[in-house]
Amino acid sequence: MSFDSTYTRELPLVEAKKSFKEIDEVIALPTETKPTKGWWIAFSISSTALLIGAFCLSLTFYYGIGMWGNNNPVGWAFDIINFVFWIGIGHAGTLISAILFLFRQKWRTGIARFAEAMTIFAVMTAGIFPIIHTGRPWLAGYLLPLPNQNGVWVNFSSPLLWDVFAVSTYFTISFLFWGIGLIPDLATLRDRTTSKIKKTIYSVLSLGWTNSNRNWSNYERAYLILAGISTPLVLSVHTIVSFDFAVSVLPGWHTTIFPPYFVAGAIFSGFGMVSTVLILVRKVFNMEHIITIGHLEKMNKILLATGMMVGYAYGMEFFIAWYSGNTFEQFVFINRAFGPYAWAYWTMVSCNVIFPQLFWFKKIRRSIPITMVLVILVNVGMWFERFVIIVTSLHRDFLPSSWAMYYPTLVDLGLLLGSFGFFFTFLLLFLKTLTLVSISEIKAVVEGAQPTIHPHPGGNGQHHD
Amino acid sequence: MVSIMIKKLINFVKEYDSKDDREPRSKKLFGLAALYNTPNEIITAAADVAGKGYEKFDVYTPYPMHGMDDAMGMKSSKVGYVSFALGLTGMCLALLMIWWMSSVNYQNIIGGKPFFSLPPAIPITFEGTVLLTGIATVFGMLILFNQLPKINSPLNDTDFMKRVSSDKFGVVIKADDEKFSDSEVRKLFLSGGAFEIQEIYYRETNLGIKTPIFDGKFISIIFATAILTAIITYITLNIVLYDVVPFDWMWKQAKINSQSKSDFFPNKAGMREPVNGTVARGFLPYEYKGMPDSSVKLLSNPLAVSRKVLERGQERFNIYCSPCHGYFGEGDGRMKDQFPKPPSLHNQKVLNWSDGNIYHVITNGQNVMPSYAEQVSVDDRWAIIHYIRTLQRSKNASDEDLTKAK
Repeated sequence: MSFDSTYTRELPLVEAKKSFKEIDEVIALPTETKPTKGWWIAFSISSTALLIGAFCLSLTFYYGIGMWGNNNPVGWAFDIINFVFWIGIGHAGTLISAILFLFRQKWRTGIARFAEAMTIFAVMTAGIFPIIHTGRPWLAGYLLPLPNQNGVWVNFSSPLLWDVFAVSTYFTISFLFWGIGLIPDLATLRDRTTSKIKKTIYSVLSLGWTNSNRNWSNYERAYLILAGISTPLVLSVHTIVSFDFAVSVLPGWHTTIFPPYFVAGAIFSGFGMVSTVLILVRKVFNMEHIITIGHLEKMNKILLATGMMVGYAYGMEFFIAWYSGNTFEQFVFINRAFGPYAWAYWTMVSCNVIFPQLFWFKKIRRSIPITMVLVILVNVGMWFERFVIIVTSLHRDFLPSSWAMYYPTLVDLGLLLGSFGFFFTFLLLFLKTLTLVSISEIKAVVEGAQPTIHPHPGGNGQHHD
Repeated sequence: MVSIMIKKLINFVKEYDSKDDREPRSKKLFGLAALYNTPNEIITAAADVAGKGYEKFDVYTPYPMHGMDDAMGMKSSKVGYVSFALGLTGMCLALLMIWWMSSVNYQNIIGGKPFFSLPPAIPITFEGTVLLTGIATVFGMLILFNQLPKINSPLNDTDFMKRVSSDKFGVVIKADDEKFSDSEVRKLFLSGGAFEIQEIYYRETNLGIKTPIFDGKFISIIFATAILTAIITYITLNIVLYDVVPFDWMWKQAKINSQSKSDFFPNKAGMREPVNGTVARGFLPYEYKGMPDSSVKLLSNPLAVSRKVLERGQERFNIYCSPCHGYFGEGDGRMKDQFPKPPSLHNQKVLNWSDGNIYHVITNGQNVMPSYAEQVSVDDRWAIIHYIRTLQRSKNASDEDLTKAK
C-alpha cells in the first residue's frame, strides 16, 4: 500500500442523486454476500483464540483462581489489567459517536457505527474480567443491591461498587445508542432483501420503521439527548475505574491526577484500536471511499493529542513524587523506572509518548502502513500502562518482607488471548450481519442531500436561505 | 443417511426462504402516496400539502432532512420532557436507595464513617440519573412518540417503502383525512413534480379480517418455546448450578465429615474420639448416679436467688416440668390423662426435702420420671429448684409473708 492518489478523494459518492443507491449497495454488500476467504481466515483465527480463552476459563472455574499467577502482594494482575485495557478501548466509540456529534464533526459518520460496535464488544470483553476475578462468578448477582436472605446490602461507599454501576450503565446506554442508530439501517436492509427469513428478522429488529418525518423528528431529538448524556457518562466511567486505584492508600495509586489521566489514556487506546481495525476493514470491504484516508488522518491527530496528555501525566506523577517529599511515593516511582519491571515501564513510555510524536508529520499521518505500525504500538503501550500501574505498585509493598515478583501463568496468557478472540469474533460477526457504516447518516451528509430552500406551510412562495 | 436429511433440510429452508410472503391487501384505501426525486421538491411538496390544510399526512425520507419539520408545520419534538422527568426520577430513586439501604434498613459500620453522606453517593446517583434518562429517551421516543414497534403498518412491504428507504422521497395523505379527495390529491401531487403516485391499501390484518395471533403455527411456536424455556431453566437452576462442580456451593469438598467412613484410621471412622477420661467443660459426671436418694446429703444450691435466676427457672420449669407437674406443681399437667399423674410438689415430703434431694430426682429420675440430665443443664436444674421453692412458698404463704410483700 503506497501513498495512492485515490485515497485523497473525500466522499467521491457525493456527486449525483443516484449515488444514494450506490451507498446502499456498498454498505449493505457484506450483509448480502457470502463471507469471503479473508473473512473465514480471520474468523477461524479469532474463534480459535476464543476457544483457547474458553478452555483457560474452564480451568479457572474448575480449579479456582489459583491457576493464575496472582500472589500475595500482587493480588490484582492480568484480570484487572485486561479489564481496564478493554474498558478503555470502548471509550473511543462513545467519544466518536457522542462528543464528536455534539461538536458537529460530520466526518464522524463514516466511523461512528463501527466505533460504537467496538465499544459494546469491548465493554462485554471487559465485563468478563472483574466477574471471573471474584472467584465464583456465578454468584456475581450479589454485586448488585438485590434483596437477599441475609438482609444486608452492598457497600455504597466502595469504588468497586461504583464501578459495577458505571460499567453496567455504560453498557446499557452504549447499546441503546447503537441500537437506535441501527433501526433506520435495518429498515433499509429489510426493504432490500429478497429472502423471506432475512426479511422477517430485519422487520422485527427495525420495529417496523417507516422513515416517516414525524418519526425522524423525535428520533433526532432522542439521538441528541443520548449524545448529551453519553458525554458525561463516558468521562464518569473511566474516572470511576481510576477511583478503584486512586481511592486506595497505596503509593503509585493514591494520586489525584488519575481520573483525567485515565480518561485521556482510554481515548488514546480506544482510537488506537479503532484505527487498527478500520485500516483492515476498509480494505477488505472496499470502503476506502466512505472511510477515507482523511478519517484516518483526523484520528491520528487525536492520537497525537491524547498521547501527549498521557505523557504529561507520566511526567507529573514523577514530579509529584519528588515534590511531595514522601519517601514511599518516591521509592515507587524510582522503582517503576529502574526496578525489576523497568522494561515494562520503558515499553509503555516509548509506545505511548515517543513513537506517536511521528504523527507531527503529515506524510506519516496519511501513510497507511506507518499508521498501522504506530497504532499497534499504541495498543501494546496502553496494555503495558495498566500493567505498570497495577503490578509495579503492588509488588513492592510497605514491608520489604512481603516483596515478591509477579509472573503470569499460561492460563493468564490464554485468557488475554481469549479476550482478543472474544472481541474479534463478535466484531467479525457484526461486520457480516449489520451495517458497519450508518447508511442514513452517510446519506444525510452527502453533498446535495439537504434541501437548499426552506418553505413554510402558510407561505405561498419559496425563499432561498 | 444424515447427509440426505441435511440436504432435505437445506432445500426446505431455501424453498421457504424464497416464498413470496406479501400479505393480501384489502379493498380499503389507506392513502395516496407520491414519490419525488429531489430534496427541494419534497420539501416544497410538504409545505404545499400542509398549506392546503391536510392534517393526516406524512413525509418519508431515507434520512432526516433539515427544515422538514418547519415545512410540515410540525412543532418541536417533546421527547426531552420525558427524558427530563425520568432523569430526575432516576436521580431521586438512586439517592433514596442509597440512603435507605445504608442508613435505615441495615446499618453497616464501614470504617467508622457516617451511614449516609452525600459525596460517596454521588457516583451512583449520577449513573442512576444517566441510566434512567437514556432508557426513558429511547423507549419514550420509540413507544410513546413513534408508536413503534408496528411491523404491520400498511406502508411497510410496499414498493413505496422500498423507494423511500433507499433513494426517493415520498408524501402520503391518508384517506381518512377530512379534506381527502382522490382527484384533488393527485392534482396536488402532480403539480409539485411527483413522478409516481401509488395507492396504498390496508392489510387484512389491519382491519381485523385475519387475526394472526390465533394462527395455529404461531400458537404452537409459542407453546414449544414455553416448554423449552421451562426445561432449560429447570436443568440450569436445579442441576447445572446446584450439583455440578464448581457450582455446587462448595458442598463437595476433599475432607472427611464426622459421620463418614475413613480408611486412614484403624477403626475406619472419620470421627475422632476423645482420649479416655476426657471430660467436656460443663459436663462433670454426677457422683450419685443411680444411687437411692437417701444417700444424697451434701448437695446444696450453688445459685443465689435473684429475679434473673427465678425467671430462668420458671422458663425451664414451664418447658420441661409443667407437662406432667402442671404450671404450679400440683401434678395436674397437660399429660394427666395419658400418663401416670405425679404427686403434688406441695406435699409434706417434698416440702421437707433438701435442694439436693430435688436435684437428685431431676438428674437421676424416679419411678416413671426419667433423668433430665441430657435436656437440662446443671445451672438450669438449680434455677428450677429455686423456682419450685418459690411455688411452694406461694402455696403455703404465712401472714408474715403478706406483710413483708407490702
